[in-house]
Order: sequence, then structure tokens, then C-alpha cells
Amino acid sequence: MLEFKNVTKVYDGGKTAVKKLNLKINKGEFVCFIGPSGCGKTTTMKMVNRLIDISDGTILVDGKDIKQQDPVQLRRSIGYVIQQIGLMPHMTIKENIVLVGTLLKWPEEKKNERAKELIKLVGLPTEYLDKYPHELSGGQQQRIGVLRALAVNPPLILMDEPFGALDPITRDALQDEFKKLQKELHKTIIFVTHDMDEALKLADRVVIMRDGEVVQADTPEEILRNPANEFVEEFLGKERLIQGRPDVTTVGQIMEGTPITVQENESLKNAISIMRDKHVDSLLVLDQQEKLVGFIDIEIINLNYKKATLVNEVMEKEFLYVEKDSLLRDTVHKILRRGVKYVPVVDEEKKLVGIVTRATLANLVYDTIWGDGFDVEEHVDLEIAK
Amino acid sequence: MNEFLSNHGTELLIKTGEHLYISFVAILLGVVVAVPLGILFSRIPKMADRLISFVGILQTIPSLAILAFFIPLLGVGKLPAILALFFYSLLPILRNTYIGIQGVNASVREAGKGMGMSNWQSIMKLELPLALPVIMAGIRLSTVYLIGWATLAAFIGGGGLGDFIFDGLNLYQPVLIIAGTVPATILALLADRLLAIVEQKLTPTGMKESYEAA
Ligand SMILES: Nc1ncnc2c1ncn2[C@@H]1O[C@H](COP(=O)(O)OP(=O)(O)OP(=O)(O)O)[C@@H](O)[C@H]1O
Ligand SMILES: [Mg+2]
Repeated sequence: MLEFKNVTKVYDGGKTAVKKLNLKINKGEFVCFIGPSGCGKTTTMKMVNRLIDISDGTILVDGKDIKQQDPVQLRRSIGYVIQQIGLMPHMTIKENIVLVGTLLKWPEEKKNERAKELIKLVGLPTEYLDKYPHELSGGQQQRIGVLRALAVNPPLILMDEPFGALDPITRDALQDEFKKLQKELHKTIIFVTHDMDEALKLADRVVIMRDGEVVQADTPEEILRNPANEFVEEFLGKERLIQGRPDVTTVGQIMEGTPITVQENESLKNAISIMRDKHVDSLLVLDQQEKLVGFIDIEIINLNYKKATLVNEVMEKEFLYVEKDSLLRDTVHKILRRGVKYVPVVDEEKKLVGIVTRATLANLVYDTIWGDGFDVEEHVDLEIAK
Repeated sequence: MNEFLSNHGTELLIKTGEHLYISFVAILLGVVVAVPLGILFSRIPKMADRLISFVGILQTIPSLAILAFFIPLLGVGKLPAILALFFYSLLPILRNTYIGIQGVNASVREAGKGMGMSNWQSIMKLELPLALPVIMAGIRLSTVYLIGWATLAAFIGGGGLGDFIFDGLNLYQPVLIIAGTVPATILALLADRLLAIVEQKLTPTGMKESYEAA
């Protein structure tokens, strides 16, 4: 969709704002550029719609070199949202929203329809279409700023700190709204921000820049889990690394290792004696290859004791399990939502490797709140002690 | 008064007409030249400041000197008078156009460009409408000055209310001087009011309140 190839920008004064940038952005991807002030985020973005000329290298949009395209036409085909909102004060909200449509000479009817359709997306009443920008609050104005970029349905949208000028509560609301919107619209979005929380919340991929170069470009999870270097760590902040930790903890890291099992070709009688010995009321059932195939509990045995003799004749084959690489937070949701007592954990081959029980979660919560279950936290303590 | 009107009534009307005509044509020329020039200047801001102060220096030349200067070039009559006045109308309109366009919010301009407005569309749909109140203020100022200065046109045979004033000075008749001055003043005041209304009408709806708030 969008590709930077060795893109370099040297300003007239000799300042190199972007150095040999290489990046490929997929269709439908939401990419956040983040980095300290002056690292070249805005420059990078504005080169895409040719508001700034590239000094060296190429940018391809949909495989086509942007230098070969008429800049005015190019800009009309790319959505653009700026931090200062920049609504036209002498135009009504409707005229503002469909501005690009006007430039493309859309008929009046089509524009009216589109404006109505769009303003509903952000939950503003259609009467607002006849108002002027100064009659709207900052948050409402920026909603219109976003709609304006969507008007002619461009597949690619550039946003330069679109929510930066808003108060934190409005910003948060708009982020949520926008994320929801993006799920429906599947646009490719380049989003510049100063705000790490914003980037982690919205992005499919976060591109961290410093001095005109990309330091790390990864998913939010990956960045929190494996910051590329100290700069990224510092930029994330220790606080966020701790907070981010439960988010990226996998089931494998916290599971308990020795679930009680029974082979599928054992007799029910043996199953019961295992239960009695281990003081449990259910058993996970494995086949010869140690793969998890089901579970059996005391109720099932009770109901079928007379009819069957082997475990695999009566075991329950429909059951909930998780892979050891899946995220803890998702697993917690599952346990709580389905009201199960435990979840078996398997590897890629569905071999049983562990179990997460409600007791495991209780320990985890206890450690997070009162204990020092996380090594990152110890780091911080040491730092402070120094 | 009555006696003066019965003697000079028709003449007064004719002279007032001439006066208006000279001023109006001069100001029209001024707008036609200075507004595009101001827009042009806004595209070359580094040069523009110097150019504008240069025009400013030219205009400090006393008006009588300018008028006299035009006699050997263009002779006497309405044309040199109009040209001289036109010359004086330039600066206020030029400067206000330039300042007005410079003053258009940079983010609005950038948004326009980023949305895909061509240079021409940006001027016509964004910059001119938004700068219009400031440009109109320049035109208003020019008009008021010009109606006053137009009395000097009589000096090079341009006609207008200045004829009364010069006659009055030559013949030591204060009545004639007043007959030239008072209508010229009234004209200037009327033109100012009228243009204020036009300015109000032309100010884009969305900007009226924000202007008041600012
Ligand atoms: N028009 C210009 N002429 C010269 N240098 C410029 C120009 N615009 C930006 N720069 C410089 O290029 C560098 C990158 O600027 P850029 O605006 O891309 O930074 P940014 O990452 O967007 O910063 P911020 O977070 O403050 O918006 C900065 O050092 C800046 O001073
Ligand atoms: Mg920036």
C-alpha cells in the first residue's frame, strides 16, 4: 500500500530530518509514528502527500511512485488530518466535510448525502451540518476534521497528532471512537503522535523514530515485550513496562506444570483411584502421544459407570483449552466469562504442558498487588535505591 | 445659502458628479491593480516587505508635486488627475491585501493544500474570502482619502469640487471655498458608511461572530 525506499529529507538549511527511511506499510494497517520532538515524524508524513519534497529515495503509494503523480490529484486521493484541525471558518460544517468532493466536482446531491452519512458516524446530529466551525467545541471540530479526511473514501489517511490539541478526556473518547471506526472502515492509516499510550492503544504497528531514523517498528505487544534498546525502554517508561507486563504475559509463563491426567485407554476404575489419590474431581485425558483429547470428571463417571469400562468411551471431548503462547489477559477473560474452574494449556501440537486454575489467578493477583512477583518491579526498586 | 444655490445649484451638482467620477474610477483602478498585486506579494513574502516599503516611500511625495509631475507627461485634464489619484490609492489596498492574506490562519491554508486545493483554488476559495474584511478596510481607507485629495484635481484641470475651492481662493470668496469643501467632506463620510455596510455584507457568515469574539 505504502512503501518508503531509502527516503531522505535534507532541508534547505542543511538539516537532515529523515535518513534513509525504509518501511513497508500494508493495506489496512494502522501505523503510529512516535518519537521525541524533531525526530522527523511530520516530515516523513508530509512527504507522502508531497507537502514536503523528498530529497532522495522514493515513496510508493499502491506501487506507484508519488513523484510521477500530480501533487494536487495525489493529495485529493489521500486523507489528511492535522493537529490544529484547520477547518475553514467561512464554510459550514457540511461544506467543510465534503470539501474534497467539491474539489472533485461532485454533484450537490451526492455531497449532501455523503455529509449526512458521515456525520452520523461520529454521533453528531445532522442539524450540525449547517453550523459554522466556531459554533462547535474543540472535540466536535476535530471529529469533523476526521470526517473531512474520510469524505471521498480514500484508502490511505495521514494524521498528524490529530488529537493532540484536545483535553485528555475528549482525547480518550475520540481515540475509542476512532478505533471503532477504523474496525469498520479498514483504512490504511499513518498516525503521528507524541503520546505513547495513544500509540499503544490504536496502532497495529508502532514505528519509533529518533533523529530521522527508525529505531524499532513492531506491534505494541512486541515493543513492550522486547524493546529494541535502551532508548525505546526509556521512551516507553518503566511505568508502562510494568503495566504492560500483565498485558503481554503469556499463559506459558504463569501456568502450573503438573496437571493430573489419565490415559484414554485406562479403565474408569483406575481413573477413580487416581482422583481419590490426588484429591481432585476431574482428570485431563491424554492419548498415546501425550496429546490432550478430553476430560473426565466424577459426574461423568457416576452417570456411566454401569455402561462403560474405558475412559475414552465416556470422556467429554468438547472442552476449553489455550495454547501456551496466548496472552494471559485473554485467558483470564475466558476463565471468568465461561465460569470454568481451570483451563488446560497445550503446545502447538496440542500436547498438554500445564494448567491454569482459578487458584493460579488468585496467586497472580496477589503477587501483582502485594508481592514482587515481577522482576521488572525489582529493577525499578533497585533504580530508586541507587 | 438659497441665493448661492440658485446661482450655482446646477454647477454644484455637475461638479459633485465629476468629483465622484474621478474618485470612483481611480479607486476602481486601484482595486483592480492592488488586490492582485497584494496576492502576488503574499506568494513572495521575503521580497514583499521590501517592495511595500518602497511603494510607501514613493507615496510620501506630496500630492501636489505628483500632480504637477503628471502635467508634462500627460498634459492637463481628467486622465492625469485620475492617474495621480490611482497612484495614491495603491498603497493602502496593496498593504491590506498582503496583510490580510498573510493573516489567514496557516493551518487553514495547510489543510486546504493538503486536501488538494490548487494554488488558484486556495486563493479564490480560502484566502480571498478570509482576507476580505481586511482588504475592504484598505479600500475604505483609500476611498476616503481619495475623495479628499480629488479636490486637488482641479489644479490640473480635472474638474470636480476642487474647482469651487480654487475659484474661491482666486476670487477671495469664502462661500465658494465652503461650497467645495463641505460637499467633498459629506461625500467622503457617505462613502465610508456605504463601504462599511458592504464590508459587513461581504464578511463570511462563519467569521462574523468569531471576529466579534476576537
Ligand atoms: N521547513 C524546515 N526547514 C528546516 N528545517 C526543518 C523544517 N521543518 C522541520 N525542520 C527540522 O527537521 C527536523 C524534523 O522536523 P519534524 O517537524 O519532522 O519533527 P517532528 O518529529 O514532527 O517533531 P514534533 O514532534 O515536534 O512535531 C527538526 O529538527 C526540525 O527543526
Ligand atoms: Mg510534528
